[in-house]
Amino acid sequence: MSTKLIVNGRPLNLNVPDDMPLLWVLRDRLQMTGTKYGCGVSQCGACTVHVNGEARRACVTPVGRVAGAEITTIEGVDGPVADAVRTSWQAIDVPQCGYCQSGQIMSAVALLNSNPDPDDALIDKAMGGNLCRCATYIRIRRAIKEAARSLT
Amino acid sequence: MTVPIETGPLSWHNRPTDPGDSLLLRPVNRRQVLAGLGGAATFVFALSLAAGRPARADATAGGLKDVPGGDATPELFIALEADGTLKLTCHRSEMGQQVWTALAQVIADEMEADWDRVEIVQAIGHPRYGDQNTDGSRSVRRNLTRLRYAGAGMRQMLEGAAASRWNVPAAECRAERHAVVHMPSGRRAPFGDLAAAAVAQGVPAEADIRLKARSEWRYIGKPVPSLTVPMIVRGEGTFGIDVQLPDMVHAVIARPPQVFGSAKRVDDTAALAVPGVLRTVRLNSPEPPAAFKPLGGVAVIAEDTWSAIRGRDALDIDWDPGPNADYDSDTYRQALLDTARAPGTVRRNRGDVTKALGSAAKRIAADYYAPLLSQSPMEPPAAAARWEDDRVEVWACTQTPQAARSTVAAACGVDPDKVTIHVTWLGGGFGRKSKPDFVVEAALLAREVGRPVKVTWTREDDLRHGYFHAVSAQHMEGALDEQGRCTAFLHRTVFPPIPSTFDASATDPSWGELRLGASDNPFVVPNLRLETGAAPAKVRIGWLRSVANVYHAFAIQSFAAELAHAAGRDQKDYLLELIGPPRFVDPVKEGAEYDNYGDSIKDYPIDTGRLAGVVEAVADMAGWGRPLSAGHGLGIAVHRSFLSYVATVVEVHVDADGRLTLPGVWAAIDAGTVVNPRHVEAQVEGGTLYGLSNALYGSITARAGAIEQANFPAWRLMTIGESPGSFDVRIMESDAPPGGVGEPPTPPAAPALTNAIFAATGKRIRDLPVFGPGENTLGSVERVSS
Repeated sequence: MSTKLIVNGRPLNLNVPDDMPLLWVLRDRLQMTGTKYGCGVSQCGACTVHVNGEARRACVTPVGRVAGAEITTIEGVDGPVADAVRTSWQAIDVPQCGYCQSGQIMSAVALLNSNPDPDDALIDKAMGGNLCRCATYIRIRRAIKEAARSLT
Repeated sequence: MTVPIETGPLSWHNRPTDPGDSLLLRPVNRRQVLAGLGGAATFVFALSLAAGRPARADATAGGLKDVPGGDATPELFIALEADGTLKLTCHRSEMGQQVWTALAQVIADEMEADWDRVEIVQAIGHPRYGDQNTDGSRSVRRNLTRLRYAGAGMRQMLEGAAASRWNVPAAECRAERHAVVHMPSGRRAPFGDLAAAAVAQGVPAEADIRLKARSEWRYIGKPVPSLTVPMIVRGEGTFGIDVQLPDMVHAVIARPPQVFGSAKRVDDTAALAVPGVLRTVRLNSPEPPAAFKPLGGVAVIAEDTWSAIRGRDALDIDWDPGPNADYDSDTYRQALLDTARAPGTVRRNRGDVTKALGSAAKRIAADYYAPLLSQSPMEPPAAAARWEDDRVEVWACTQTPQAARSTVAAACGVDPDKVTIHVTWLGGGFGRKSKPDFVVEAALLAREVGRPVKVTWTREDDLRHGYFHAVSAQHMEGALDEQGRCTAFLHRTVFPPIPSTFDASATDPSWGELRLGASDNPFVVPNLRLETGAAPAKVRIGWLRSVANVYHAFAIQSFAAELAHAAGRDQKDYLLELIGPPRFVDPVKEGAEYDNYGDSIKDYPIDTGRLAGVVEAVADMAGWGRPLSAGHGLGIAVHRSFLSYVATVVEVHVDADGRLTLPGVWAAIDAGTVVNPRHVEAQVEGGTLYGLSNALYGSITARAGAIEQANFPAWRLMTIGESPGSFDVRIMESDAPPGGVGEPPTPPAAPALTNAIFAATGKRIRDLPVFGPGENTLGSVERVSS
């Protein structure tokens, strides 16, 4: 049951069951706890990572299915879009408790990678699967638009 | 199973620290520094354990052990290293309210420290810090003055050290931006150079402390950026669920579906066959009262969380449902409403409500119902524990580390001194993590298993086995005279009280819950009566952000709008009329027991002038009275809680299909002195949306004593697309003592929403939530324009 993974650019050989969700591989086997558990059923977005650049819910992604794929987590996401998102997130202190924010940021980066100038409706659609109990939504919208502005 | 990534022995670092050859103000052993842990095991403080507040010590005696707010001895909170690094200990739990930043602002300001040199050490749970229960919106209001003394004391010790070094009068030395300056000569010594000598100075007496003038504040009152956010955006920082210990195993627990139920028969054969599962552990079901005891059940211990979850799924258990199997939310609801409609116990009385109702020109009545709610922080409860001989260390996302310590000690039969509670970051708390049942589970399991154990609550566990916000029914009656003025106001409130969690026989609303928005009703009406009725608890009842204020504000502020409508008056004008002229309200004179959130009514009166002030402010912000197109409506509500005043206006839009959107929300808060306006604004936004989310969608129900909702979206939270289009906050300028901030924005949210829906559609919502399961429209409604 050896699985080859590429996590944040680093190739790894892991001895884990193929059906183990990527979330728990990251958290419990790799001790990369930036990716969060919130529901386990793809209904809150806290576990969002990128698989080959696209946002995916790690809690319902069997690790066997992403063998060989490029997996990016909050710890490793970088580049101009990620930098812009982190900067705009900090500029207005979007996060409160911060627990869902790894997922929020991963979703926001994926959104801006695919659409550099999203309007409110597109933001609401792309971010609609990321719940925040602190309800930082107002600032998430503002920060995504600010990040978009800074990238043009 | 190898782990190919290097990790430290203990991933509980908030900031990398290099102890090096630093000079610490207090003894800290190297291992604790490496682990980023606060507290020094060798340091013993003599604190009064007497109940109530001890008499204040002589302010001219040495030391700062008894300043307003508690012990301000600098070494409790401040460690200054030789390189100038300033380590400030935060004794309150960080759960998104930015308490790290706020408390550091206070100390650093009075110390004249350089903000860039500040690092935070999270305190362990220990009585030496005074109160650490991070609830009740009191971290700033109870610690502002206290920590100003601590910072000022440290500043004066540094100034004294410089004066001694230079052999000049201390009065000629002034701390300024992380250095002490000799004013006449301009000589300077950096703080770090003075750290060791400052310790030798001794702590000044309270009477000798010079607090900075308000005009000199450098950080207090300023929008200082968060200390946690730069870590959060990189996935750094450790929440309770993130803790990793060497040789640690993972536990997930199958708990009895009903409170006080128990496992009759357990077959764990299939569970043990799941790869990664190591063993199972039976946990005893508690005897009433529930208190902070674990619920019992069967724990599955595994190499990783996923295997533990799968192992739990494979358990075959017959449950004895115990005494709460008769709990059904539909029948319970009817019983609550029946009780609310019958005369109850009078808890506060002014005039003669019955007589005034009898002679009214117009009389209206309404019943309000609100269901059980779950706090549902995004991080479910989690804790990790490690035993070494008869000592246990626990890492937990707890709001209440001292209760966690004493409860773990009692459950494990060890002395509290053998229990160390390390407080991690909290991925939200909202009151759930004020109950340390999950911390006890970790300690018990780690002892049984003989290895470090982390207990993770799944979302299903969090929703099914919570300490729920009470279900409530309230009956209101009002009388109007010929001019439409309110002459009588009857409020009857019925809910299973929180004391039932600690005394199974408690069924009557406690004074501590009535003072949350019911017994402190500020209305000027000539006849006013508050009554209560009994309700037995069938699940564990606990605190949720702003607690009973949620349903009390919903009923009172909804009914105020209903009275306005009956009188043919504008909601806002009528609300101001009900509030009446500026004055202080004293519920005690009218028979209520009232403790004013534990603070002095002299320092924090119930001030109707401030209450009306936020109403006027928010009406101005929202453009109250402006013309609105069809389907739009504005609702207003105001509420004082946790010694602060918040008024909220919600604008709704209802389309032809009954779909609801929120074009805008406005809120004005008067929280007295504010430490960080940037984060107060964020709390007002978040606290309001927390209230709106619960009012729109929140409902926990039980059938046969078991909670029906298992996960999202059966338990539904507001999404970004359902959040308001805009949100404006105004913080009232004030130099009054600080009030609470985390909770006060929540109570006015629900009635402002339902008042807005009424304004837009004529549909009055008295049962929460607004939307039932799977519902997304208000149904067929008439759309009103104004």
